[in-house]
Amino acid sequence: MQWVDTVIQGVLLGGLYALFATGLSLIFGVMRLVNIAHGDLIVVASFAALAVAEGFGMHPLITLLAVVPLMFGLGYVLQRGILNLTLGKDILPPLLVTFGLSIIIQNGLLEVFTADSQKLKAGAIETMSLQIFGGISVGVLPVITFVAAVLVIAGLQLLFFRTMLGSAFRATSDDPDTARLMGIDNRHVFALAMAVSLAVVALAGVLLGVRTNFDPSIGPGRLLYAFEAVIIGGLGSLWGTLAGGVILGVAQSIGARIDPGLQILAGHIAFLIILIVRPRGLFPRAVD
Amino acid sequence: MKYRVTTATRTSRVAGLVTLAVLVFVALAPQWGTRADLRLIVEFCYFLALAQMWNLLAGYAGLVSVGQQAFVGLGGYGLFVFTIYLGVSPLMAMLLSGIAAAIFALPTAFVVFRLRGAYFAIGTWVVAEVYRLSFAQVSALGGGSGKSLPISVIRSIADSRAEREVLIFYVGLAVAVFATGIVYWILRSRHGLALTAIRDSEPASESLGVNNFNAKLVIYVIAAAVTGFVGALIFIQKLRISPDAAFALTDWTAYVIFIVVIGGIGRIEGPIIGTIVFFVLQEFLAELGTWYLMILGIMAVVIMLKAPQGLWGLVADRFGIQFFPVQRRLHVEATRDKEA
Repeated sequence: MQWVDTVIQGVLLGGLYALFATGLSLIFGVMRLVNIAHGDLIVVASFAALAVAEGFGMHPLITLLAVVPLMFGLGYVLQRGILNLTLGKDILPPLLVTFGLSIIIQNGLLEVFTADSQKLKAGAIETMSLQIFGGISVGVLPVITFVAAVLVIAGLQLLFFRTMLGSAFRATSDDPDTARLMGIDNRHVFALAMAVSLAVVALAGVLLGVRTNFDPSIGPGRLLYAFEAVIIGGLGSLWGTLAGGVILGVAQSIGARIDPGLQILAGHIAFLIILIVRPRGLFPRAVD
Repeated sequence: MKYRVTTATRTSRVAGLVTLAVLVFVALAPQWGTRADLRLIVEFCYFLALAQMWNLLAGYAGLVSVGQQAFVGLGGYGLFVFTIYLGVSPLMAMLLSGIAAAIFALPTAFVVFRLRGAYFAIGTWVVAEVYRLSFAQVSALGGGSGKSLPISVIRSIADSRAEREVLIFYVGLAVAVFATGIVYWILRSRHGLALTAIRDSEPASESLGVNNFNAKLVIYVIAAAVTGFVGALIFIQKLRISPDAAFALTDWTAYVIFIVVIGGIGRIEGPIIGTIVFFVLQEFLAELGTWYLMILGIMAVVIMLKAPQGLWGLVADRFGIQFFPVQRRLHVEATRDKEA
């Protein structure tokens, strides 16, 4: 029963990882950009929520009303102002520029918020739990996180396949030059994609901050989880990304059950095994 | 018709002499320098060697690795394992550490070569993390908190502290020269031509008979060997190792990437210029702490956006000079018979 419990907790943890990964998957799908600063932007969202929560005495989950639009705007400006300049045939510029941004953000956060470990205090909801079968109980917060991940991915699927903006995303992804001939402003479309990506990052950052401690140095670790979930699930498939997050979460919680020092290592090793066995991930859609 | 293919130019011959003069001057540092000078030069040398190797990977073979700290760490731990547990002499242990890093590079390549482009970059990073977390589990090597080099091993490097420092100094100088030399040599060889072809177009080079996978693998393994040796050098100077220091992304990869980008990626002179800039900035800005890293990051981002050829690229393109020319020039000479 203990192992069933471990797997269930791992699945719920996977919801958080899927939220980390969705933004990364989205911008890769639309513009083949891999954002190395992605993890640090998650931490930016956590700190933004902390500042808003402490500044206005708000509940952390309410700060989403401010943090999501803030990150959406930041994403638009970041893409329009900097990252659009790096897109092209050569993969080096986007990679090195986002790598540079990652270092700048980490040290910027360190300067403003110090290296102290922080946490978003959400009160009673943090410790509430639900009894399910066989004496296993699950935390309310992890359940909310998992449901949020499912809703976000379902919402993005609707956005991609049912709206004009989604058509524009898919069109620029398939063939940016033809999309421009059809009157699409690629720069604007890419900026909107990054904005949506960072809106999801905002949600992920707030839920991360409520769940565990965070400090300016943890961004790269979150990037690696997000990246692993994307690759495990298969490039270009959002539901695959959810599956990838879940597999990673389960691998980590099984590792942690064996020895707390093995949690992260177990996740990385599960990723490497899947990479060896299924190099294109479990549900690949995009051809890269 | 006779023809010759040359790569040397008059500038390169002059540059060769200048380089030689600078090297002789630096090599005499134990005569004119203080202990702090020697230490600084060793640091300069290992950053230069790391930068040359990263440039070889990213600038010439298209392998943008964010995981070279894996090989620094493996080399560093190799030094400790070979000297403490196998009783090998320190210099021999450094060589063996480089070889060990190259051997580890093979299975690593088997996994990460499945990923392309930016995904390759993050994949190498994951593998480096796996190594870091694995070494943290090995209690014989001090686990997460690390281990110091025992006095007996330190004594076996050389008897006195001054002798040890001079020895490490010459090893450092040698590895920097070796790293620069091997990049120059590879690029002027057939292998260098193959790399240039791959960089320009993978399908085209494959169709002309270049085995892209093997060409890249050879470069990856060479870079791992040199990086591993440098790792051993770094930790024979530091005398203490821990997983976080050995597999540090910021120290062994972020700084190195900034050095190459600022100096000029895909040029042998780039890492040299970049390392000089890096050490000058460090001299003036190091006390700023986090601001120092931010300034480096901002410089790298601005250079990548505005002058992707780097500082050396700006100079070289403006004046058309190359200190280490790797371009081949064709000289066609009509034979005497035809003229007559």
